Amino acid sequence: MSEIFNVNRRDFIKTGVAVGGGLMLGFYLPRIGQPARRAEQSTSPFAPNAFVRIGTDDSVTVIVNHSEMGQGVYTALPMLVAEELDADWTQVRVEAAPVDPAYNHTQFGIQVTGGSTSTWSEWERLRKAGATARAMLIAAAAETWKVDPASCRAENGHVFHTASRRRLSYGHLADKASSMTPPQNVALKDPKDFKLIGKPAKRLDTPEKINGKGLFGLDVKVPGMLTAVVARPPVFGAKVKSFNADRAKAVPGVLRIVEIDRGVVVVADGYWPALKGREALETVWDESPLSGLDSRTQRDQYAELARQPGAVARKEGDVAAAMGRAAKKLEAVYELPYLAHATMEPLNCVADVRPDGCDVWTGTQLQTVDRAAAAQAAGLKPEQVKVHTMLLGGGFGRRAVVDSHFVREAVETSKAVKAPVKVIWTREDDIRGGYYRPMSHHSISAGLDAAGNLTAWQHRIVCQSFIVGTPFEAFIVKDGVDETAVEGAKDLPYRIPNLLVDWQKAPVGVPTLWWRSVGHSHTAFVVESFLDEVAHAAGKDSYEFRRALLVGNPRHKAVLEFAAEKAGWGKPLPQGRGRGLAVHESFGSFVAQVAEVSVTKDGQLKIHRVVCAIDCGPTVNPDTIHAQMEGGVVFGLTAALYGEITFEKGRVKQRNFHDYPMLRMNEMPVVETHIVPSVEKMGGVGETGVPPVAPALANAIFPLTGKRIRRLPIRAEDLRKA
Amino acid sequence: MVKLKVNRKDYAVDVSPDTPLLWVLRETLGLTGTKFGCGMALCGACTVHLDGEAVRSCVTPVLRAAGKEVTTIEGLSHDLSHPLQRAWIAEDVPQCGYCQSGQIMAAAVLLRENPNPADAEIDDAMSGNICRCGTYQRIRRAIHLAARMKATGGIR
Repeated sequence: MSEIFNVNRRDFIKTGVAVGGGLMLGFYLPRIGQPARRAEQSTSPFAPNAFVRIGTDDSVTVIVNHSEMGQGVYTALPMLVAEELDADWTQVRVEAAPVDPAYNHTQFGIQVTGGSTSTWSEWERLRKAGATARAMLIAAAAETWKVDPASCRAENGHVFHTASRRRLSYGHLADKASSMTPPQNVALKDPKDFKLIGKPAKRLDTPEKINGKGLFGLDVKVPGMLTAVVARPPVFGAKVKSFNADRAKAVPGVLRIVEIDRGVVVVADGYWPALKGREALETVWDESPLSGLDSRTQRDQYAELARQPGAVARKEGDVAAAMGRAAKKLEAVYELPYLAHATMEPLNCVADVRPDGCDVWTGTQLQTVDRAAAAQAAGLKPEQVKVHTMLLGGGFGRRAVVDSHFVREAVETSKAVKAPVKVIWTREDDIRGGYYRPMSHHSISAGLDAAGNLTAWQHRIVCQSFIVGTPFEAFIVKDGVDETAVEGAKDLPYRIPNLLVDWQKAPVGVPTLWWRSVGHSHTAFVVESFLDEVAHAAGKDSYEFRRALLVGNPRHKAVLEFAAEKAGWGKPLPQGRGRGLAVHESFGSFVAQVAEVSVTKDGQLKIHRVVCAIDCGPTVNPDTIHAQMEGGVVFGLTAALYGEITFEKGRVKQRNFHDYPMLRMNEMPVVETHIVPSVEKMGGVGETGVPPVAPALANAIFPLTGKRIRRLPIRAEDLRKA
Repeated sequence: MVKLKVNRKDYAVDVSPDTPLLWVLRETLGLTGTKFGCGMALCGACTVHLDGEAVRSCVTPVLRAAGKEVTTIEGLSHDLSHPLQRAWIAEDVPQCGYCQSGQIMAAAVLLRENPNPADAEIDDAMSGNICRCGTYQRIRRAIHLAARMKATGGIR
């Protein structure tokens, strides 16, 4: 990873990311069925379908096509290869894949990291890549020894011939193996024989993340590179009317001021002069339709929209009739705000546009789309653009941008100034830069019969769509319903005979985007909080009430029971403490969480513990699952306690971490994660820890205050006794 | 010219004296292990040591560092041998990793001043450092482990 920048840039660009210091010749795994090629004979180092490379020095390089943003793919995916390769894990290293169809997502057909899909979507392909390489190494050894390949076995980076007590390391065999014909149908291991998969492994990227050597997008430096910040419109959708750059140009170090599609760029010989130049820049902006946007009136608009039926996402039975018959009816409104992703590493991109090509260095989750956008902005063909994926200082969806705006800005600027340029976003640019989790309004109601059975459930969601009108629409919008708006609500797992979930698309122009757990980030809060209200109204325990309704959903039920048991559900708590629970499926995994909290008389909340049970099917690196549950809890709690982007006169009010706060160490609860053993279908883990925590928290506060929390973030008045 | 001593090496840098130390480290000296997170001393990603004290380099004018010893993550050890680095590996702390340089530099000052901190003391010392990935629980464990390593002369 880091070594590649030690070679000089000319060599780097010429040979691309596959060089690795020139030590790792060896072979490339070719397309199945084609003869292997030796690396040095290859005209391009980007051999198609190349996921593994073995060096004559015994190194095993796994080329990873998913971006590492903290979720652990630079460890879990190499584990898949190394398992079937029988590699020596201490020799395994990682390289970021270039953009090539060979590296497309197995499900989505483009290169993308998202939807908590990395591990399960590569489960077959990468194991096959490892197994194929192993078969070729065994064939090479057998030929060397003139023995039957079946009499050889591979283990820990070596091929052994037990009968003659001989062995050769993979490095010794690499050259010969590259001339072997890859097998057509390679057998994969029986899971009971796994040595790596399913056992906790230390992350491969930890050392470079604790000694300053790991390179994030912001750390890229290429010769002749300039640094830029962009003056963007104060209101989304506004355009530059005019600007005066005289004072900005007078700032020492400021070199160029250029106008691009999204604003005015101050290009300098460093970040500080660029920033000072931007402060000195005088820009007049056109009005935008959003100039009058105000969060208070927007809430009213959403409430108004909720009066009208929306596009139906799920319908069962006859809700209106069932409500009419109900002995008891509950109605509530839930509201959730816009949220910024606030990745620790602010957005940035380095672009070097030349007449015959372009290089882009950035932390991105959406390589194929970014490359196409860069090509378009540069006036080049996609094949002329190289995207170098760096470490991502957090992603959470913010770096999978459908319009590739942060890449376009850098490319447009580099093209204009004819030099490599790094565009850096300040924290304020990031918080105010849009692409938020959409704000939402939920009108929800339920009907109970005289026995306290839940007979009717109606849930109307009002929120924007960031999918309608994009190339993703064909895949994500079904029957007029944007799945990302209703997921987690339409797939309600509880058995309710009459049920209606619909969606009102809010016509607001604030740029919105997927935010870790996407629709589930709001629907889970509403569904799991309201279900608690219903249980309470029915006079039932919220755990038992859920269990009874989870008929036919054994995975939900199992994690719920697991978490409840581990948390001591139903057992007495110390005075002043409350417990709340929630269970939710997202991204193919099932998570239940129990929060344990206390609230002082003056309304100080302390979250003591969150017990988490997850069923994600077979596990690859259990330690990563723990880490993702811990991180998901923090992410969800941060939103529940603090997260809110609001508008006044079209302008975002928040700026930085003082008014868009993050959960900190002193607020960190103990997070206890339990992985429920499972052989069910494999799901994702990067997002699924987020959705249940806000409702578990709110449900834990209720018994202490007697107040339901129906709007996030939680406000001071929510924590005072009713 | 501003004279600096960073990780025991002497430098003379030609930058505007109000330039924050962070950008001199990152852009002029190429020490990119120190990270930019907020520019307002709110997140701690840019934490370095100035004469042994933890400072937020994003709001520290380079002139303030003149003639003082600056230590960055690159100067903590050459070989990941610092107890905190070993503890960070043992607990597998980082996720995205972006904040970890700052976390470790803050923790190093804590452990020097308090060789055996309690949880509440760790909270006090570390609450200025944001981790968006939520690795706090592991940071806490790793600091305890590093404290034990220092006390016992190391756990291999």
